[in-house]
Amino acid sequence: MKKVYARPKSLKMARFHYCPGCGHSIIHRVMCEVIDEMDLQEKVIGIPPPGCSVFAYDYFDVDMAESAHGRGAAVATGIKRAYPGAIVFTYQGDGDLAAIGTGETLHAANRGERITAIFINNAVYGMTGGQMAPTTLLDQQTTTTPYGRDARIEGYPVRMSEILALIKGAVYIERTAVNSPANIRKTKKAIRKAFKTQIDDLGFSLVEILSPCPTNWKMSPVEAWEWIDKEMTREFPLGVIKDITVKEDAD
Amino acid sequence: MKTDATVKGYIEIDRELCKGCEICISFCPKDAISLSDKLNSSGYLPACFSDNGECTGCAICALVCPEVAIEVYRG
Amino acid sequence: MDGNSAIGEAAIRAGCQCYFGYPITPQNELTEYMAAHLSRRKGCSFVQAESEISAINMVYGASLAGVRAMTSSSSPGISLKQEGISYLAACELPAVIVNMSRGGPGLGSIVASQSDYFQATRGGGHGDYRTIVLAPSSVQELADLTRRAFDLADRYLIPVVVLGDGMLGQMKEPVEFKDEAPEELAVRSRALRGAKGRHSRIIKTFTSKPSELEEINWSLYRRYQLIKKKEVTFETFLVEDAELVIVAFGIAARIAKGAIKNARADGLKVGMFRPITLWPFPSEELKELANSVKNFLVFEMNMGQMIEDVQLALEGKGEVFFYGRPGGVIPTPSEVFRVASRLCYQKGLK
Repeated sequence: MKKVYARPKSLKMARFHYCPGCGHSIIHRVMCEVIDEMDLQEKVIGIPPPGCSVFAYDYFDVDMAESAHGRGAAVATGIKRAYPGAIVFTYQGDGDLAAIGTGETLHAANRGERITAIFINNAVYGMTGGQMAPTTLLDQQTTTTPYGRDARIEGYPVRMSEILALIKGAVYIERTAVNSPANIRKTKKAIRKAFKTQIDDLGFSLVEILSPCPTNWKMSPVEAWEWIDKEMTREFPLGVIKDITVKEDAD
Repeated sequence: MKTDATVKGYIEIDRELCKGCEICISFCPKDAISLSDKLNSSGYLPACFSDNGECTGCAICALVCPEVAIEVYRG
Repeated sequence: MDGNSAIGEAAIRAGCQCYFGYPITPQNELTEYMAAHLSRRKGCSFVQAESEISAINMVYGASLAGVRAMTSSSSPGISLKQEGISYLAACELPAVIVNMSRGGPGLGSIVASQSDYFQATRGGGHGDYRTIVLAPSSVQELADLTRRAFDLADRYLIPVVVLGDGMLGQMKEPVEFKDEAPEELAVRSRALRGAKGRHSRIIKTFTSKPSELEEINWSLYRRYQLIKKKEVTFETFLVEDAELVIVAFGIAARIAKGAIKNARADGLKVGMFRPITLWPFPSEELKELANSVKNFLVFEMNMGQMIEDVQLALEGKGEVFFYGRPGGVIPTPSEVFRVASRLCYQKGLK
């Protein structure tokens, strides 16, 4: 018998500090598989956010640097402008990218910066204990919406991928999830395509990944994974939001 | 591990890495994984391979495992 | 050329590879100079960022990648950059930050003032850190100190602030540039360039272990002690026989010089002590001056900021007086002369 599944080379041999059933672990592993398969370990520079995944550098065996909250897209811009030979990705949560970092993200996309944003949407602020995120669903209970998110007071869930699709410099945007084998495979494919977009010098790419947060959703891991299908995808439909990479090729 | 020709795969679960999230159990198409009744050193009840002879080495469990705790063999 | 442009030219000749900025009066000539002259240079990058916050974070990114990077702004924009400066200092990343100060607080005014002394030297960002602060007093010095800023930043792995003001930025004076722009742009060794032929590198300070952060802080502290020992810079003017010494920096020192010339013509023994590094502040040298001088008049265009460093330095030796004008009002040499004169008479120094 031969081994058909093992730890990717660029994933450090470390025990994840994430909660049972957390999406970060899956996404880290899948990204490392892509980095291995595309032979990018020596080229990649990653920028994790403040948040649960602040320790991403304990897992990804690539060059990494911390960033101030929300500023990932600006930091990535600086790196890529200084050293275009690198493959630069940001790894950002929903607060980081869709609240405090909206300005930086939008404008990096607008300039068509050749960077890749991996956007982890778990509809809540995880590390700080479960407060409302821009992507929190209506009626969803969080520690700062204890009575359920009310549109009148707290606004609506933000669809960053759709907003960014309007920006010309953004050439590839896809929303996936990591709550089933099929979705995990699609996530891996999307990440691979996003990196390829950067390698081919086409423009800004973003993969939004719906990710389970059992602890702050107050569910078991299995329930959390199901909740993504039942509730999250109704607000955040999966699929390719924008792909003009082929058109760029043709040009 | 059975060695006759009908068995197509087996898995190894690192019981210390496992956090007992039960995702692999819920997705295994062959019901070949169950929860152990002995805690690991982190206080979780880890998943363990039932070895019911049904495993095909499809690797879905490893694909969904957040902890990279599963290695899959197929023959 | 105007001061702002002189900074730009000096930066390019110092091998600045990336400039990230945002328009704000009174430093726009610098941003525009970089757009015109840096953006088309081979390997160089100019970005007009969406905000001053983005700009400082882009500088952080470029510095991570090992290149010389600079941003510039004026007072309110520098306020926005404080978080980024804290991160640069924490991660030991070189960078040059130019502040052409204007009247504050709040939106303030667009004319020169010196009210960012505290912000620059005490650091408006969070945490225990320092930045080197250089205070030029002429267009030539803007050029020279910008050049020096890049070297200091790289040598000590620290952000360096060039603290100018709106007047210096926009006045025109002859400048001489001593260096040519380098053909090859250097890359710093401890940088993120992809983990080729080495282990992957992590640049950060965040830790869940307080003892780790404590050690990082002490390590920074030791570096700051070294800078204090080696980089203090100041200038004196007619202090050898002075009975009253005016302490001033930047544009105020220019104005004070005019006042001192008038005072000397009047037989008053007035001199000047001009700190050029505001951090590290020339405390020891000032204290030594107090062996022979008993009266110090601190003159700055604010409500009294550098005076605190003067008082700390003197440790009670000598008497310290203050003359200041906040809000961006530019005092005249004759005004300062009158104040110095009156002080001399009051203290019986005539």
